[in-house]
Amino acid sequence: MERRTFLTTAAIGAATAAAGVSVPAMAQGKKAVIGVSIPSATHGFMGGLNWHAQETIKRLKATYPNLEFVLATAGAVGKQVNDIEDMVATRNIDALVVLPFESEPLTSPVKAVKDAGKWVTVVDRGLSQPGIEDLYVAGDNIAFGRVSGEYFKANLKPGAKIVVLRGIPTTLDNERVDAFKAAIEGSGIEILDMQHGNWNRDKAFSVMQDYLSKHKKIDAVWAADDDMAIGVMEAISQAGRQKEMWIVGGAGMKEIIKRVMDKDPQIPVDVSYTPAQISTAIEVTALKFVSNTPVYGRFIIGSTLITAENAAQFYFPDSPF
Amino acid sequence: MSDTTQRPAGALPAGAAPGGPASRLRLPGLSALGPLLALILLVALGAYLNDNFLSAGNITNVLARSAFIGMIAVGMTFVITSGGLDLSVGSMAAFIAGVMILAMNALLPSMGVGVPLILAGMAIALGAGFLAGLGNGLLVTKARIEPFIVTLGTMGIFRSLVTWLADGGTISLDFGVRQLYRPVFYSGLFGISWPIIVFAIVAVAGQIAMRHTRFGRYCEAIGSNDKVALYSAVNVERIRLMTYVLLGLLVGLATIMYVPRLGSASGSTGMLWELEAIAAVIIGGTALKGGYGRVWGTVIGVLILSLIDNILILADLVSPYLNGTIQGVIIVLAVVLQRGKSSSA
Repeated sequence: MERRTFLTTAAIGAATAAAGVSVPAMAQGKKAVIGVSIPSATHGFMGGLNWHAQETIKRLKATYPNLEFVLATAGAVGKQVNDIEDMVATRNIDALVVLPFESEPLTSPVKAVKDAGKWVTVVDRGLSQPGIEDLYVAGDNIAFGRVSGEYFKANLKPGAKIVVLRGIPTTLDNERVDAFKAAIEGSGIEILDMQHGNWNRDKAFSVMQDYLSKHKKIDAVWAADDDMAIGVMEAISQAGRQKEMWIVGGAGMKEIIKRVMDKDPQIPVDVSYTPAQISTAIEVTALKFVSNTPVYGRFIIGSTLITAENAAQFYFPDSPF
Repeated sequence: MSDTTQRPAGALPAGAAPGGPASRLRLPGLSALGPLLALILLVALGAYLNDNFLSAGNITNVLARSAFIGMIAVGMTFVITSGGLDLSVGSMAAFIAGVMILAMNALLPSMGVGVPLILAGMAIALGAGFLAGLGNGLLVTKARIEPFIVTLGTMGIFRSLVTWLADGGTISLDFGVRQLYRPVFYSGLFGISWPIIVFAIVAVAGQIAMRHTRFGRYCEAIGSNDKVALYSAVNVERIRLMTYVLLGLLVGLATIMYVPRLGSASGSTGMLWELEAIAAVIIGGTALKGGYGRVWGTVIGVLILSLIDNILILADLVSPYLNGTIQGVIIVLAVVLQRGKSSSA
């Protein structure tokens, strides 16, 4: 019974919000409902993202009693579309924070939410049509490649030989690799090989084994992902060539950050591409409902070089990633 | 896959190799040699393209890599031969790896780092494999659900369970235990690494079981025509159940060899292993509809699949985007080679 009355009040709150009343919901003493729709934890990065989303929601609920959250995780595109429709139909959300599973199929369902007068925050993967979202929060793939490339350029002599592992063939992967290549241009660094490791430990392990049989001299490896960096490290230690080369991964997995903190010579640095970007998106969206802070626009989280000095601020020992 | 009604009654006597006139039973015909020929061609190509291809290091890498899928594929040969199918093996391997690592980490405080802990972990992996295979087998034989559907379901179940156990991340084996367990993958006897040795034993045992035991003959009889097998006093359900249990145990064994390699399991462990194993079985000459199994062919199929990958990386022949195309073409060619010959024979 209690629950039903709550739903009605929430519905009234949503109705007034939808009617174009721009006063923050809190001012009226009504609860604002924020729906969060993200892909389920099918691999390390998404696992981290799920964990950060849950932690942020827990924290915001405690801080702002007038905010209500609905979290839905989807293992497939269709499920995510259903989740979003359900949130609008049954939970009367005031805002939607969404990390689209795929851009194309999610565009029109999210647009429908926007057309219903809700606030829309899109995270990480953009929609295929511009101008739908009120707020866009994302990591910076080009900077991810550039920062990695600049580190290689600064720390290798001309003529140095490196190998690269690529992710799953996608636009995102191309952006990173192109930016990396642009950054090392003119440095005299030679890329011996570039194969897809699919952001997967096992695949990266066998690709690196083959690189090691093929090339007698490798000075450094751009693994471009922390999961792949772990596979690469095992392959190198199997071949007993740990002293010969160092590895740069990427993303910010806790095991790798720990090694950077401990000054492991094999993993000198890491490049951030944080799953905590979902926290940024939820926090900033929450600000819209608890204050008059302007939060529309784009929020691009930089990819920075994680070194032994600043590693502590990227280290989340409780996160699964 | 239990095609009891489609096959015209009496088309094949139980236990006979399909399409096998007496003359072809003595020598392996050209069709049987197809996959072997493809393997030899691949090896020659690899040696021609890269000097390091035949180095001991590279051969060890390729064989050790094949071992996981290989052991699973040997078990799969029996399941497919008896007219079944198991799509859940990749997810099952991931799930068993997760359970095994969590159990070893949990037992660590009471047992300490030592050989008993590793043995306990291995026993748990085999036990989990046994139970998983038993579950699949009972659903197929007792609940009489199509193996495709049963194992499609358990595939999703195992995959999501391991993701859940890992909290979406990665389950990692305790560092100290890992150091002790590592040699199970990385070292071996007389310079041959353990996964290769175990794979070889499994392959030889599988070949003997298929060709020289009642179990193997029953598998072929059931896959060929389960009604006839039943009337011939073969306990069809029990044999079918045994094939799934055997496969589960082999998945457990593969996991025992897999875990020391990277010391971790996650939602992406063992991704698509089921398809690689099934592809290896079919490349090797086992009939997908059942009735005829060839374990040594399966071993060759597994080696072909690993070699294609290895050669593509060693050789830089084509854009990496096209690797999948080359793999697909070779797989289809290997099968066309033998099917073309066998239908003309």
